[in-house]
Amino acid sequence: MINLFYISTEIFLSLSILILLLIGVFKNKSELFIYNFSCIILLVGLAININLNPEFPIDLFNNSYKIDYFTTLIKSVILISAFLVMLCSLNYVKQNDILKIEYPILILSSILGMLVMVSSNDLIVFYVGLELQSLALYVLAAFKRDNILSSESGLKYFILSALSSGLLLYGCSLIYGFSSSTNFDLIYQNSESIEYGIIFGIVFILVGLAFKITAVPFHMWAPDVYDGSPTSVTVIFAILPKIAALTVFINFLYGPFLEMFDQWQAVIIFLSIGSMVFGAVAAIGQKKLKRLIAYSSISHMGFALAGLSVGTNEGIQNSIIYLIIYLIMNIAFFCCLFMLKRENQYFDKVEDLSGLSQNHPLLSLCLMIILFSLAGIPPLAGFFAKFYIFTAVIEQSMYFLAIIGLLSTVIAAFYYIRLIKVMYFDEQKEKYDLNHSIGLKMILVISSTIILIYFTNPNIINNFVLDITLI
Amino acid sequence: MNFPIISSLILLPSIGALFLFFINSKNITGIKYVSLFVSIINFLISIYLWLIFDQSSYEFQFTESRVWIKDFISYKVGVDGISILFIILTTFITPLCILSVNSSIKNRLKEFLIAILLMETLMIGVFCSLDLVIFYLFFEGGLIPMFLIIGIWGGERRVYSAFKFFLFTLLGSVLMLIAVISIYWIAGTTDVEELYKLGIDPKYQNLLWLAFFSSFAVKTPMWPVHTWLPDAHVEAPTAGSVLLAAILLKMAGYGFIRFSIGLFPVASEYFVPFIFVISLIAIVYTSLVALMQDDMKKLIAYSSVAHMGFVTLGLFTFTQQGVEGGIFQMISHGIVSAALFFSVGVVYDRTHSRRINDYGGLVNVMPKYSILLMVFTLGSLGLPGTTGFIGEFLILMGTFKKSFLVAAIASLGVILGAAYMLWLYKRVVFGELTNQKLFKIIDLNKVELSILTLLALSIIFFGFYPDPFSNTYSVSVENFINEYNDKINNYNLQNQ
Repeated sequence: MINLFYISTEIFLSLSILILLLIGVFKNKSELFIYNFSCIILLVGLAININLNPEFPIDLFNNSYKIDYFTTLIKSVILISAFLVMLCSLNYVKQNDILKIEYPILILSSILGMLVMVSSNDLIVFYVGLELQSLALYVLAAFKRDNILSSESGLKYFILSALSSGLLLYGCSLIYGFSSSTNFDLIYQNSESIEYGIIFGIVFILVGLAFKITAVPFHMWAPDVYDGSPTSVTVIFAILPKIAALTVFINFLYGPFLEMFDQWQAVIIFLSIGSMVFGAVAAIGQKKLKRLIAYSSISHMGFALAGLSVGTNEGIQNSIIYLIIYLIMNIAFFCCLFMLKRENQYFDKVEDLSGLSQNHPLLSLCLMIILFSLAGIPPLAGFFAKFYIFTAVIEQSMYFLAIIGLLSTVIAAFYYIRLIKVMYFDEQKEKYDLNHSIGLKMILVISSTIILIYFTNPNIINNFVLDITLI
Repeated sequence: MNFPIISSLILLPSIGALFLFFINSKNITGIKYVSLFVSIINFLISIYLWLIFDQSSYEFQFTESRVWIKDFISYKVGVDGISILFIILTTFITPLCILSVNSSIKNRLKEFLIAILLMETLMIGVFCSLDLVIFYLFFEGGLIPMFLIIGIWGGERRVYSAFKFFLFTLLGSVLMLIAVISIYWIAGTTDVEELYKLGIDPKYQNLLWLAFFSSFAVKTPMWPVHTWLPDAHVEAPTAGSVLLAAILLKMAGYGFIRFSIGLFPVASEYFVPFIFVISLIAIVYTSLVALMQDDMKKLIAYSSVAHMGFVTLGLFTFTQQGVEGGIFQMISHGIVSAALFFSVGVVYDRTHSRRINDYGGLVNVMPKYSILLMVFTLGSLGLPGTTGFIGEFLILMGTFKKSFLVAAIASLGVILGAAYMLWLYKRVVFGELTNQKLFKIIDLNKVELSILTLLALSIIFFGFYPDPFSNTYSVSVENFINEYNDKINNYNLQNQ
């Protein structure tokens, strides 16, 4: 029974999903109720999760599931950001006719999949979690059924994701074959001598995971899917699966394969450099904000991976700080996107920002702060995220990675300040609507304020990760 | 713990900016008075700081230290004889900039003044930070307000100029960030005072020096990365040009003294020929380029590059005269170039032209303006009796000690400087009144007159009586040179 007690967050979420499904089937016009109720469920799940925080690591179900401070922290981050995402996209969902009972239920089930992924200590459990979250996301990407772009993005995501899952599964089977176990701890014990089979297995699994976090060269789907999906789903894509997949990266590399650091480090560095540079260069020519943020998030994942390639606790901690700041900036950015609407029509082109500062000074001020922060200009939070990563990277004398990373921030700065130029220097256009929900406004203002004043006391966020020691 | 006077100097403009944020933007007089009030209070605080500053000590004074990022970086600020002068320069120029917006800024006044005040915070922060990371924050943070000042309130090609300014500076300083982090791992701290004591292993110094140099060279600006400066100056509004020329450029010169030379003496010694060569190119080449300009602001911008070439030349002589001259030249150039840009702003507001050919014969219609512009021109070309003379003279004296040839070539720059400034003055002020627009031009109004008179008086006063400045920095500079020589001697002893 103690096993069940420690996974009560997951149990609570699964039960709620089933109950909501029943309500949805038997009660007419219950969409809005289910949507609001899902938000509450996420909050309750968060409360349960925080209360469960164990003092020492706990292994459950024959060591295939583990709960410790690290997983609890990441789960809380996922639950909070899912709550914020649902809160800020409510109006968008309503006005774009995608408010169906399935919508919040699919989000909840993908969150459930992510929680399982984060806690998994076994290849099978991990794969089950991964597929649960991916399946829900395929459907969400194609949720605007009568829109050709949305259907295309759903299909594209499904096919490519299935391919990557296949590779991942093949990697799992190789590892099972060469270490005769699927359990992370047993793999660690059994794979003392380095065998090619295991290295191949690691590489295949890394490919599958790199696909999920859109690391170059497995990023091709991201711009199309980000652009085609409804914006309320894009914001999920940009944040949630990346947190989960990056956590699995950490659990996986710094768990069973810690001893093979020399072997996989090169792969991570390659992914990291590729993502940083490609994301920075490719975003320059984009005309749509959603495609631009897709490339920008590719670039940001490169920085998070740079922290993982270091092989120290500081590197992991700094990657997690990076992720947290990244998700704050992204939620804030998407809040701004949700505000660009006129008579129920939403705008997402760069030129639609033109002269925004004349009509909407506060909105453009917030967006400017967010963009400068994404570009990594001090003293905003985005700078510190990069600063910590490079501190860890330079500690290990990996100057090459640091110089490439910082030069790519200069290239990336170009397209971020181009947006600022469009907002502040260009001629104004028609006004946008002002009737936004209070939740949306609150999230935007609070997250921009956090970005702006983070430097006054960085310890508030940093303290969360100081206890994470995996090595 | 005493009253944190330095932190309040840094924070006060920001608090003023926050206050402005909540004032209705239609209340223009209120906005102006609040910002002017804040900046003048800040100026008075800095003067008070100067008065209670102990000039007989080279130690950092009024230091404040506080844990900032746990186990990593502390917030540490303080002033010595060198940095306090730059703080006063900043707090002196900022109220003048705020006064000048009356005629030059037409729209979004509130945002403009907020940007100026934030800029003041960051600039003061640069000059008093005693931790490399804090320094980097302030140094780079200045990009945001300056980018907006050029981009929103600038001239026709403002977008191009703003982008060029932003990307050049960012590219230069990311390498400095790598160097700062490396220093943390090499020496175990980023506290400047500690680093002075510990010293940095000479085998790393050359690379670190180059990384810092890449940032400061762009900001100074040194040839060949000076090209952003003329563009930025030309397109920026008057107050922006003034801040850029008077203070932003000095951040790099200050950085050379405090960090490049102070932290990496061995590397600095190694790179002296390199610095001398590019400083000389800057002095001679940009002076020649300035001669050919037909845009007043561009001409002054190129002259800034030449004058900053003198500064780097003086600093890297490592002689008492050279370094003192470099510092004095920076202060002097801060006042003179600010005055020149204000003067250009005055006529630009009236005729909306910066082309030299559009002017001529201003002496007939604007006598007060012409007199004041004469003072600034002479100050810029270094006539004895103005601040410009003292700086250039000391620098050349210091350079002669090191190398006759370098000093001889640098002296050429003084002659060229006289040539382009006097020619500019002749073409703008003397001659026949030909342009129709100039017939009805009005002479200086009260605000403009008071700004320019104040600047002219300080150019002449400190030109005749430089003691208030030189007394402040001489002890610090002396100690600076001694420490430098000690470190070089130690290094040479070890290698024998």
